[in-house]
Amino acid sequence: MSDAPQAFEMRGIVKRFPGVLANDHVDFACRAGEVHALLGENGAGKSTLMNVLAGLYRPEAGDILVGGQPLTFHSPQDAIAHGIGMIHQHFMLVPSHTVAENMVLGLNRPRFFLDLARVEEQVKALGEQYAMQVDPRARIWDLSVGEQQRVEVLKMLFRGAKVLIMDEPTAVLTPQEVEALFHTLRDMTQRGHTIVFISHKLDEVVAIADRVTVLRRGKVTAAGVPARGATKAQLATLMVGREVLFQIHKKKMPPGAPVLTVSNLSAENDRGLPALRGVSLQVCAGEILGIAGVAGNGQSELAEVLTGLRRCTGGSATLGDTPLDGATRWQEVGQKLAHIPEDRSAVGSVGELSVADNLILKRFHKAPIASGWSIDSAAVHANALQLVDDYQIATPSVDTLVRMLSGGNLQKVILAREISGRPALMIAVHPTRGLDVGATETVHKLLVEQRDGGAAILLISEDLDELLALADRLAVIYEGRIIGDMPAEGADIHVIGLMMAGTKAES
Amino acid sequence: MTAGALIALAITILFGSLVSGTPLLLATVGEIVSERSGVLNLGIEGMMLMGAMGGFVVWTNTGSLPLGLLVGSVLGGVLALLHAFVTITLRADQVVSGLAVTFLGTGLSSILGGAYVGKQSPQPTPIFLPLVDRVALEQIIIIVLGLLVAGAAWYYVNRTRPGLNLRSVGEYPAAADALGINVYRTRYAYVVFGGLLSGLGGAAMSLITDPGWVDGKTSGLGWIAVGLVIFASWDPLRGMAVSYFFGLLRRLPLDLQNPALPFISTANNPSLGRLMGMLPYLATIFILILGSREALRRRLGAPAALGLPYVRGERGA
Amino acid sequence: MNLPGTPYRLMVETRRTNPGWAGVVSSILGVVLALIVGGFVLKAAGAAPISTYQEIFKEGFGTPADWQAGVVALFTNTDCPKGLICFGPLSDTLVKASPILLTGLACIVAFRMRLWNIGADGQMFMGAWAATGVAVFLLPKSTNPVIMLGAMGLAGVLSGLIYGAIPGYLRARLNINEIITTLMLNYVAYNWLEYFVIVGPWSRGDFESTGNFPPSATWPRLTQFAKAIPIFSGLTAHPGILLGVAAAIILAWLLFRSRWGYEIRVIGNNPKAARYAGINVSRNIILVMALSGALAGLAGMNEVAALRVLNGRFARGFGFTGVIVAWLARLNPLAAILVAFLFGGLLVGTQLIQPQGISSMLQGVILFVVVGTEVMFRYRFRLERVAPAVSIAAEVAK
Repeated sequence: MSDAPQAFEMRGIVKRFPGVLANDHVDFACRAGEVHALLGENGAGKSTLMNVLAGLYRPEAGDILVGGQPLTFHSPQDAIAHGIGMIHQHFMLVPSHTVAENMVLGLNRPRFFLDLARVEEQVKALGEQYAMQVDPRARIWDLSVGEQQRVEVLKMLFRGAKVLIMDEPTAVLTPQEVEALFHTLRDMTQRGHTIVFISHKLDEVVAIADRVTVLRRGKVTAAGVPARGATKAQLATLMVGREVLFQIHKKKMPPGAPVLTVSNLSAENDRGLPALRGVSLQVCAGEILGIAGVAGNGQSELAEVLTGLRRCTGGSATLGDTPLDGATRWQEVGQKLAHIPEDRSAVGSVGELSVADNLILKRFHKAPIASGWSIDSAAVHANALQLVDDYQIATPSVDTLVRMLSGGNLQKVILAREISGRPALMIAVHPTRGLDVGATETVHKLLVEQRDGGAAILLISEDLDELLALADRLAVIYEGRIIGDMPAEGADIHVIGLMMAGTKAES
Repeated sequence: MTAGALIALAITILFGSLVSGTPLLLATVGEIVSERSGVLNLGIEGMMLMGAMGGFVVWTNTGSLPLGLLVGSVLGGVLALLHAFVTITLRADQVVSGLAVTFLGTGLSSILGGAYVGKQSPQPTPIFLPLVDRVALEQIIIIVLGLLVAGAAWYYVNRTRPGLNLRSVGEYPAAADALGINVYRTRYAYVVFGGLLSGLGGAAMSLITDPGWVDGKTSGLGWIAVGLVIFASWDPLRGMAVSYFFGLLRRLPLDLQNPALPFISTANNPSLGRLMGMLPYLATIFILILGSREALRRRLGAPAALGLPYVRGERGA
Repeated sequence: MNLPGTPYRLMVETRRTNPGWAGVVSSILGVVLALIVGGFVLKAAGAAPISTYQEIFKEGFGTPADWQAGVVALFTNTDCPKGLICFGPLSDTLVKASPILLTGLACIVAFRMRLWNIGADGQMFMGAWAATGVAVFLLPKSTNPVIMLGAMGLAGVLSGLIYGAIPGYLRARLNINEIITTLMLNYVAYNWLEYFVIVGPWSRGDFESTGNFPPSATWPRLTQFAKAIPIFSGLTAHPGILLGVAAAIILAWLLFRSRWGYEIRVIGNNPKAARYAGINVSRNIILVMALSGALAGLAGMNEVAALRVLNGRFARGFGFTGVIVAWLARLNPLAAILVAFLFGGLLVGTQLIQPQGISSMLQGVILFVVVGTEVMFRYRFRLERVAPAVSIAAEVAK
């Protein structure tokens, strides 16, 4: 194996986006016929790196070599022409079209007349060859997610890809489908294909990969380490790193009464797949419960169910005595429940309305803002001025449209609106995502203040540092379940890393 | 009424439906193609009017029918190009832009065609078959043209590669883009094509099916086409069928005016004629209601990306 | 987007700051460009642009000399001097403007919630039909005018309300696109009204009309007071415009000062945030469409009380003009008053002008330019020199 030729090599890749260095002089090479896992947390730079390889991004610096030849890819078509194809997390399949139609979409031949019958034959043959049968006449929207993935793989094979990049392929699969996928991948490597397997799940990586490369914050922390030799703990450390935590001074709080109680909550995501599979947790007054986990494991859905944006399919959640479910009168609950959503502009604010108007989003139907049928604009204005001052929101005026504020200030508006109601429970989802250091500090301060004042806070974040600094207790969510629940003080970061990657602490 | 007379009436009605349905067919198929690419064009009425006016003007000035049809078609295409620019490049709202096209077309055709209202159509020159009625011949030609257009459109959309690209752009432009298809160029092409057909439909009206020009010649046919596209589930062949059906519905009140007809003569029963006039529109709404149930089965579904401007992200590069 | 044949690429990015003047500028720009383009079209049709525009203005509003003479006559309690038309055009414009204002308001309230009500025409027709029914067939001729007009107004509002609520319901419960339903219902309404009036129970003899309304069912005109105020003689202006202005003021209050208006604005901008705030989106869809229909229905009553008769020539198209008014007024009810007034002037001014169709064409160009430029102000367009092209689908990338 070690003298197998190199399928491709990436040298010194640098890729920047506004405000972030996604790939910092990354070297990455794969040998022909191997399964090479690319491991790392969200934001580590794995997808970006592979997008460069697949021709979707142009790097600022660095080289890609295939068969020793330095190449430049101008488009995904170029990459495919050199045998490199990528299967993304969101499938690039037209749902209403058949498998065969998707198979030939974008190809140059045949030019005009489609001979779908022949394509169907070819698809069948290809499917048989690789033991990945799909009905070529089936429409994509009739297929299961696992079958759709198979179509994507076949699509790449149809185009002659030798190197297949799979981006978090198991995120949407059932355990059985994962087994089947692994079987297929091993088979493909027998035939000389090279697989790059992007993942954050240690179990799977160890199960399927020959070698592992670990990225952290845009840099390589382990290059091409043989998977067999590495322990999961080692890999977790490489993934998560050992960081100096900036301590935030928190008051010692006596345990308060439970405010949020979640029992066996289950819910589906937008695709109809189970996202929450029986989540149980409890948050008490004066406590911050941090939920760690890689994005896509049910965090968003959890927050959405608890704030009324998504129906649950089982289990229950209560805020004190009030149940949080379909029958909840959200305008009333809204007084006791604060939500800092993960998408500031999509859910948290109304872009075309002013700062002042946004600040009353939860209070417009109550005095003193409302008076009878109308809204007291003087009260709205006064309220806005007060909050802008209290929270140091930088805005030209309280009548400025909210979509013109910077991310940090928009977050402050949302916080001001939510916190000023003295909520009993706060649900904050990735509250400092995309914010600079100063804004992050402010948000942290505000959260701790609320906690000190007796609020119960559910903090969902991808940033372990943030969680370790702020939370009193930590839980990890993985594939829709809570695994692990421990005091934050003295928590072992390796253990947490392992849990985030799916392994319960044992080693 | 004798059996023979009844049969003659039936044939007249049938033929009349085909004739009167053809301009509608052309506009409907044109809009189907445009919407399959994801762009809604509510300006059909305006494009048809420009086609009708332009075609008639050219015909009376040159005596050439084919030239009239051609010019009418081009005028429709030009309006569509305007709409395409505003909605695809400038990404403005498709509904409002389409309405603007309608206003523009209505007004322009009225202004520029003012001098031609009520003008006599050019004398038909005798052709090589003096026995054959020239008018009837032209009507047959246009009917055949309509059938060909519908059939060719169906085949193109469903069985060819460019058709596959077209459908993908309308369903999931991001995927099409990722696979190397130029979404903008595709949409431009088919929106303009839709305009060409609408213009042709309008010209067909003022030159063949109902020769002459008056203000507002098409009297709302373009709006019917918008509804027919949905009624036809965005399929050209169904579009053809419903167009002829509507041609029938429009002619019936006229054809049934013969008082000798039992029961259903509209001369005896004028309200029936009016009520029939409502049928097409109520039917469309009914179909929509049915369709919303079936939406789960997506059988009658609109192209998924219809009405949404395609924005390629700004990241990367 | 690549510019073919050049080494440049057009970059389109969302602007961060929104110049507040953008809306007004694009509206004004729209009008100016429309006039210029219209000028060319007129030339092509053989008419002289400048003098045509002057004529239109004169017909629609009158000249400053007219206004001066009118004011003088008003204060000296005399009639308009011979050779001048004083307030004549302005009065006609006010008359034309009142239904336009109401349909414009109908469109404004619906568009504020992103409900594309293109059925204002149909709703207006239904309002006209209901008002006629009350006026001619329901209430006795001798009814007090105030009660009569009030009942007509009520009928117009109710019928429009129901007719608007139908597509609203279909949209709220079955998610059926309101563009098509309202459009189709237009035609149903046209046929409905014309059925009654042309061949149905309301037609009088061979005339395709209901015959004149009883005097109590029509708007009082300024000219009825000509004895006391001579300058009013011949002026057909009526209180209908006040209905529109009152509605505009109420709607402005509703949108910007009331709780319901707040809900409408939030839903129209971000339905998810609205749901989060506990706002019932479905119910509001139906309510707003009903309100929109009610306003349009009122426009119908307004027209019919002014025309004093309902016949087959009841004008179609006010509903569509309402769309343009709404857009030009940037969905602001108070601005709509001004815009409707100007449009009224345009319609009156072009009534007798050859060639016909100018107003429609101008409306089209205005709408086009407004739609186009408004978008341009929202985005920043930049030409960028490009290295060999890269095609990217950002959806794909994370």
